[in-house]
Amino acid sequence: MAAPPGRPFLVLLAGLLLVASLATLAEAIYEDQVGLADWHQKYIGKVKQAVYHSQKSGRRRVVVLTEENVISSLDLRSGDIFWRHVIDKNDPLDQLSLSLGKYVLTLSSGGTILRAWNLPDGQMIWETNLKTSTASNPQLHVMSNNKVAKDNLVLVSAGRWIYAVSSIDGAISWEKEFSLDGLEIKQVLQSPENDIVYAFGIAGSSKLALYQLSAKTGEILKDVQESLPGELSGEIVLGSDNVLVALNKARSSLFLIEFKSERISYKKVHVSDLVQDLSGTFKLQSLSNGVITLQTSSTVFLLKLKDTNGLEVVQRFDQPAAVSDALTIAEKDEAFAVVQHVGSQIEFIVKFRSDVSNENIREKVNIDHHRGNVEKVFLNSYIRTDKSHGFRALVVMEDHSLLLIQQGEVVWSREDGLASIVDVTTSELPVEKDGVSVADVEHNLFEWLKGHMLKLKGTLMLANADEVAAIQALRLKSSEKNKMTRDHNGFRKLLIVLTKAGKVIALHTGDGRIIWSNLMPSLRASRFGGMPSALRIYQWQVPHHSIMRENPSVLVVGKSGAESSAPGVFSILDSYSGEELNSMRLDHSVVQIIPLTLKDLSEQRLHLIVDSNSNAHLYPKSPDALNVFLHETPNLYFYSVDIQANVIRGYSLQKSCDIKGDEYCFSTKEIWSIIFPSDSERIAISETRKMNEVVHTQAKIIGDHDVMYKYLSKNLVFVATVSPKAAGDIGSALPEEASLVAYLIDAVTGRILHRVTHHGAQGPVHAVLSENWVVYHYFNLRAHRFEMEVIEIYDQSRADNKDVMKLILGKHNLSAPITSYARPEVVVKSQSYFFTHSVKAMAVTQTAKGITSKQLLIGTIGDQVLALDKRYLDPRRSANPTQQEKEEGIIPLTDSLPIIPQSFVTHSHQVEALRGIVSIPAKLESTTLVFTYGVDLFYTQLAPSRTYDSLTDEFSYALLLITIAVLVAAIIVTWIWSEKKELRDKWR
Amino acid sequence: MAPPRRALLALAALLLFSLYLTAAAFQSDELVLNDDEEFEGVGARPSSPSQPAAPAVPSSRRRSADAASAAVGESNALQFTLEHDLGVGKGFTPAGTFSARLKTSAHGTQTLTKLRFMRNELTEDDKDAFKKLLQEDGFYTIRLPSNVLDPTRKDNVVSSIKARCIPRDSLDEHVVIHMDGVNILAVNYGSVGGCQYPRQMKFPSKWTFSSYTILKTAEQAPRTPSFVDQMLEADNGLGEVMKPPEKSFWAKYWMYIIPLGLIVMNAVTAAANIPEEQAAGQGQPGAQRASAAAARRR
Repeated sequence: MAAPPGRPFLVLLAGLLLVASLATLAEAIYEDQVGLADWHQKYIGKVKQAVYHSQKSGRRRVVVLTEENVISSLDLRSGDIFWRHVIDKNDPLDQLSLSLGKYVLTLSSGGTILRAWNLPDGQMIWETNLKTSTASNPQLHVMSNNKVAKDNLVLVSAGRWIYAVSSIDGAISWEKEFSLDGLEIKQVLQSPENDIVYAFGIAGSSKLALYQLSAKTGEILKDVQESLPGELSGEIVLGSDNVLVALNKARSSLFLIEFKSERISYKKVHVSDLVQDLSGTFKLQSLSNGVITLQTSSTVFLLKLKDTNGLEVVQRFDQPAAVSDALTIAEKDEAFAVVQHVGSQIEFIVKFRSDVSNENIREKVNIDHHRGNVEKVFLNSYIRTDKSHGFRALVVMEDHSLLLIQQGEVVWSREDGLASIVDVTTSELPVEKDGVSVADVEHNLFEWLKGHMLKLKGTLMLANADEVAAIQALRLKSSEKNKMTRDHNGFRKLLIVLTKAGKVIALHTGDGRIIWSNLMPSLRASRFGGMPSALRIYQWQVPHHSIMRENPSVLVVGKSGAESSAPGVFSILDSYSGEELNSMRLDHSVVQIIPLTLKDLSEQRLHLIVDSNSNAHLYPKSPDALNVFLHETPNLYFYSVDIQANVIRGYSLQKSCDIKGDEYCFSTKEIWSIIFPSDSERIAISETRKMNEVVHTQAKIIGDHDVMYKYLSKNLVFVATVSPKAAGDIGSALPEEASLVAYLIDAVTGRILHRVTHHGAQGPVHAVLSENWVVYHYFNLRAHRFEMEVIEIYDQSRADNKDVMKLILGKHNLSAPITSYARPEVVVKSQSYFFTHSVKAMAVTQTAKGITSKQLLIGTIGDQVLALDKRYLDPRRSANPTQQEKEEGIIPLTDSLPIIPQSFVTHSHQVEALRGIVSIPAKLESTTLVFTYGVDLFYTQLAPSRTYDSLTDEFSYALLLITIAVLVAAIIVTWIWSEKKELRDKWR
Repeated sequence: MAPPRRALLALAALLLFSLYLTAAAFQSDELVLNDDEEFEGVGARPSSPSQPAAPAVPSSRRRSADAASAAVGESNALQFTLEHDLGVGKGFTPAGTFSARLKTSAHGTQTLTKLRFMRNELTEDDKDAFKKLLQEDGFYTIRLPSNVLDPTRKDNVVSSIKARCIPRDSLDEHVVIHMDGVNILAVNYGSVGGCQYPRQMKFPSKWTFSSYTILKTAEQAPRTPSFVDQMLEADNGLGEVMKPPEKSFWAKYWMYIIPLGLIVMNAVTAAANIPEEQAAGQGQPGAQRASAAAARRR
């Protein structure tokens, strides 16, 4: 009786083996793994126009148009996106309107493209191209209740043109070009009877023109022209049915222009007569029939038109405030909203036109003070159960977020500032504190076991549908990955992003939630004054050994104005809390920011800021930092790329600059320059290696056991120039006229290490430089395809260090220091490949030690990220690799690069309007964290050579434990069994 | 310096130049085409870069006033000045003259050939300034006009080196000029050998420059290989490549196979033992190994 006891184990083990063989490794992830390590967030950007669905359609939705060129339909209950279209940047959306209650109309590209979208699902219904002169401010007017034609006409005016387009099929029903030179149509109105269209325009700076057109045919029925004394600023709003209010060029007085059927009459009103203490610039806004507003940076005035062609101030709001457009609520009445700040709250005031001095609603709403001022308000009404009107409003804040307020509460908010990320950095999370309670561990252990039992069931396909769902939920909600502490593998980090609005937001890599946010006070815009702009964000202090207790901090650098000479703004934030530790207004401009590798005693990173006078300023301004810096000054060089002047210049630092008493300021000396001939080359791109890149080995062993030494210089700069004719779009130049020149330059001496011309090639050029290679992407006009070229650069001066004897005897130059002043002996290998996609952004994976093989991260035109192995871009690929080369892993040469569907790291997601890809090394060598941003955000973990140094989350520990337990049991049973037999034998 | 020696030096330098010119000539297709014609002139005019001590010509001298009207194939002599800055606040002063011939090729592109370089001798002031530069470990900077035909344009390409890198026996310099037609893109000025930090101060024994100059033009990128006919084949190859490198069966499942094997062995021996009714105690070593293997897997 030997076989029976063994058989169950055998069966079980065979079963296990079968299961194990099913779990093969795969490069792509499975459907149920989506969302485990990655997250995707959708945004729309700062809302600039919003239209609500009409009451009758019943759906609580709003259609918005944003500054990120997105048109989107949002759910008014939750703020979720129903549908969304991201329009290309070359086709900027200007106007948004609704027609017939079922079409969304958008006017874009300066009034040349009119599109209609289906309101419920966002499908495009039609598109019409209109021919207009270059217009600055196109207008879109949807005619209401047109009884002349069956369908509603849409009037588009731009420059001298006016079009009437049918809103059902987009057919142009009539068009009119006015003959007056320099005319720009400012307003298009409808007569109450709907059969006459008034077009009101300005020609030149002071001439007014009024045309009356037939709504049916576009015939000019009447035209009146009138010259005004004094010039106009071009800002014209509608005061009432037949009065326009225009601002003069000096912005000191208003013209009240009354137009009747026959003539134009005007009246001049000095602003100072209306409002005494007006300072700064201001703008006009038409509010409602007979009411306009005058807004300055801090004050809003409500003005009412008096019957006798005059204006009077009805009310003034001294707090920063915003005013909505008018909303028709009853047959004759209109309502509008004013939102103003009162302390830390905002006040939501609704007024009726019929009674401007009284308020219908006055509600106070608490909002987060990190949202800044109110910028825009869009009012909407609803019918309460008691048949009275209730009001709610979408509020756009200074940090670009969108809020819905109703009944004194914020119903929902969207952090849409994240759609316009300017720069990204990362921060480690705090170290986990010791002393975890026993209960916690027990609980965790139980949960852990339960989780693994579930997973085991899943693996053995014993789980029912509920359990499968539970497994999926468990995976997604894995509390482990969302902890606010540092993990062993370095997967949990804070992504600190700087947005265009000047807000710094920290996102957790686990699930993308916002940990903290801070609207930088120093970067906040005064509403009509200089626009501060956020430039870059850097790591300022990354504590190690000695000052481990301190929190890390980040540095935000900005400019206080649009021009390049505007003084800089400097702000330091705590990475864990977002608190502003220090902020200062610099007394110089910021042209270039150079983070240095040096640190002072408190581990603050040294930064060099170059101003517009080519002086370099050292930060932090501490004697300690200065000491460290002065020691390294003779060996510090920097370069600047001047795209306007087509010049690259290299500089060294001199002792001190002209400003007396400022020992942290250094003057610079130009030590080299490269001047590209402007008639044949324009700088298209310059690229350097990432500062934090780690290279594992400087030697590359090739198939025949030969060694090649990589030319690893941190000072390598890649520059590509294109011929000026080929700088435009693809197709604008002939292959003979187009050329692209690639340069590899040493930034210390200005030495051109390699220079190669591609004839018949043109931009846009995208490049990535890493280790000793550069990959760039361009368009080949001759082959009509995109190409990617790889250049690898090897150091020949070390090439004879192959002799083992020499190495033993020490006769090698491997330990000799490398200097840029030596003449480099470099060998360059290059190869080009066709590539199917055009590219929006390019990056390369970074890992902790640089051992893992690299992948190129290519942001494709479809807003996805493709991970392409660097092995495909190897200049040593040949058509028929030898056996040795095959062993080395060289892929046979093909003319184009493969696009493997599984290697899209974004899987099925699209990162709309993709702008940047950032790769952050994790502590685990095999893994890199990839953050992609555009209008959307996407984050994932990537293992270019698969996770060779760890078991995946998917690994079933329970299965392993059971296997071991079964084995141990088997051993014990067989042991007992043999013992027994032995005993029996002995008894015999 | 004695005149015969100077002549000898000039000759030697010329020889060197001609050598470098051959090297440079192969960089560009046009130069190769006109090879024969070019080298006639090299030996024929040994005295053309005359009067090295004479004050340098500040602007270029051209045979034809309008370069564009020059006949196709005709070559014009031209000169341009190398200026240097010794860092004493005097700014850039002329330090040498390049002379070259301008070739206009059949399709109108102009290139420089037969480049010769003649250094001005250093004056006493210059020597003092240079010594000071050496002591301070300052930069010795040179510049060239960015367009050799039009010296009125104020653009200059600049290059520098730490002065301490230059002195050997004499002052050794190595100039690489990157050209694009008649435009000088960049000039790379360097020493002959390496020059590591910290640099030692050393005065040259001879205060004369020995110069090496190279003209460089851009390389042409090779065309992307296209194998339309081999596409099918390549695709097949690609298909193979796309597969992840297959692990051997053993490498994948050793952790299951070993214990399984042990148990099977165990069972077999036990089964064999029963009929023979012999003692069987082999279970234990197998057990140890199995658990060890399992532990390793972890």
